[in-house]
Amino acid sequence: MKTVKYSDIVEGVKKICMDANFDLGDDVLESFKKSRDIEESQAGKDIFDQLLANAVIAKKEKIALCQDTGFSVFFVELGDDVKISGGNLIEAINDGVRAGYSEGYLRKSICHPFTRKNTGDNTPAIIHVDLVKGDSLKITIAPKGGGSENMSRVTMLLPSDGIDGVKDYVVNRVRESGANPCPPIIVGVGIGGTFEKAAMIAKKALLRPIGSINPNPELAVLEEDLLKRINNLGIGPQGFGGRITALAVHVEMHPCHIASLPLAVNINCHSSRHKEIIF
Amino acid sequence: MAEIKITTPLTDEVVMKLKSGDKVLITGIIYTGRDSAHKRLSDLIDKGEKLPVDLNGQIIYFVGPTPARPGMAVGSAGPTTSERMDAYSPKLIKMGLKGMIGKGGRSKQVIDAMIEHKALYMAATGGAGALISKCIKSSEVVAYEDLGPEAIRKMEVVDFPAIIINDAFGNDLYMEGVKKYSR
Ligand code: SF4
Repeated sequence: MKTVKYSDIVEGVKKICMDANFDLGDDVLESFKKSRDIEESQAGKDIFDQLLANAVIAKKEKIALCQDTGFSVFFVELGDDVKISGGNLIEAINDGVRAGYSEGYLRKSICHPFTRKNTGDNTPAIIHVDLVKGDSLKITIAPKGGGSENMSRVTMLLPSDGIDGVKDYVVNRVRESGANPCPPIIVGVGIGGTFEKAAMIAKKALLRPIGSINPNPELAVLEEDLLKRINNLGIGPQGFGGRITALAVHVEMHPCHIASLPLAVNINCHSSRHKEIIF
Repeated sequence: MAEIKITTPLTDEVVMKLKSGDKVLITGIIYTGRDSAHKRLSDLIDKGEKLPVDLNGQIIYFVGPTPARPGMAVGSAGPTTSERMDAYSPKLIKMGLKGMIGKGGRSKQVIDAMIEHKALYMAATGGAGALISKCIKSSEVVAYEDLGPEAIRKMEVVDFPAIIINDAFGNDLYMEGVKKYSR
């Protein structure tokens, strides 16, 4: 049995809230560089140059990569041999968010759905906990901006729509989103499960490193096909027209009910931020 | 393409010279506003009351920056999605607003108002808030402080980079771009 202290979780979460917003992952930066070379439109190439320069400033000066520092979304893997001492895990994560968003000069973007009154500290965080075997606790933050989240959808297709129906829906979703989600984007696709499971796996799919190949060969082919069709839309960086609309398409699949074919499309912007901490 | 330097407030003459796809560098005063501020301005217009800022010839930047670190004018400050302002923008354009900076497409009503009253819609690079913050030399809240990141700020900008999406002639860079590159 491993014991993890409440205060250590708060400190750790505080740090990853800030790191995620200042320090873009190497996989994202690499993909900017590669895409810059492929992009044919000059306005599109300029965007990649700006995004690379933006990442340098953000990291060096600790200014958020994007002013929308997002909803604080967490994926937690809690080992069944882990005990939290001094308090509750969910409260510790929320305390970490409060501290990180305040100390990091990050924007507080969470409000009441109708009155729009801001909660003032970016809580409550969205926390997904998976119970796993073992004695480690892994906490991943993936701050999620509103612009790209608003372009995401869950739909319940008919089983007869099949794989072609899935592909058409995903491509159309990207087409209709246009410049709103700050292309170049990363497209997370969740196929199967239930209404909420599809959304969940679509969001989780966004965590996979850009450039990685799906271990499921069936899905790897689907991802390649979708990426090609999406980039043929011509939306381009920031929607100004160009070859690169998406940097990657990541698909996750789950068995579903004999009556359904749930599909979720979770769009992420190029500011694809995530950081993790393991206890 | 060379960048065109423009200064605020914008005149009709300057607006009519710019075309979709033109890259501009903006210098002068711009105002910020997001959904909540737009709603309040729109309510005042409906009631026939005076606005807290004179919009004549001005540019509104759709942005809600991160808090500034001590000694800095502003935090990260990139554009937010413009469609949420579509319900309000035509009213402001009628009041003399000449430019808007955001990201993403606009409704037909906004585009029509821009053609009728000679105004521009420009995009700044979404997700480049740290880089953009370097062009913002000062920032002060001038209305609706209670809205926090959504308050109206008066910003002094120097060579703020933007690209014209909708000009006053009905052209739209988003449509032209897709037409050119789709296959
Ligand atoms: S969609 Fe992403 S990059 Fe664009 S403003 Fe939102 S968080 Fe920032």
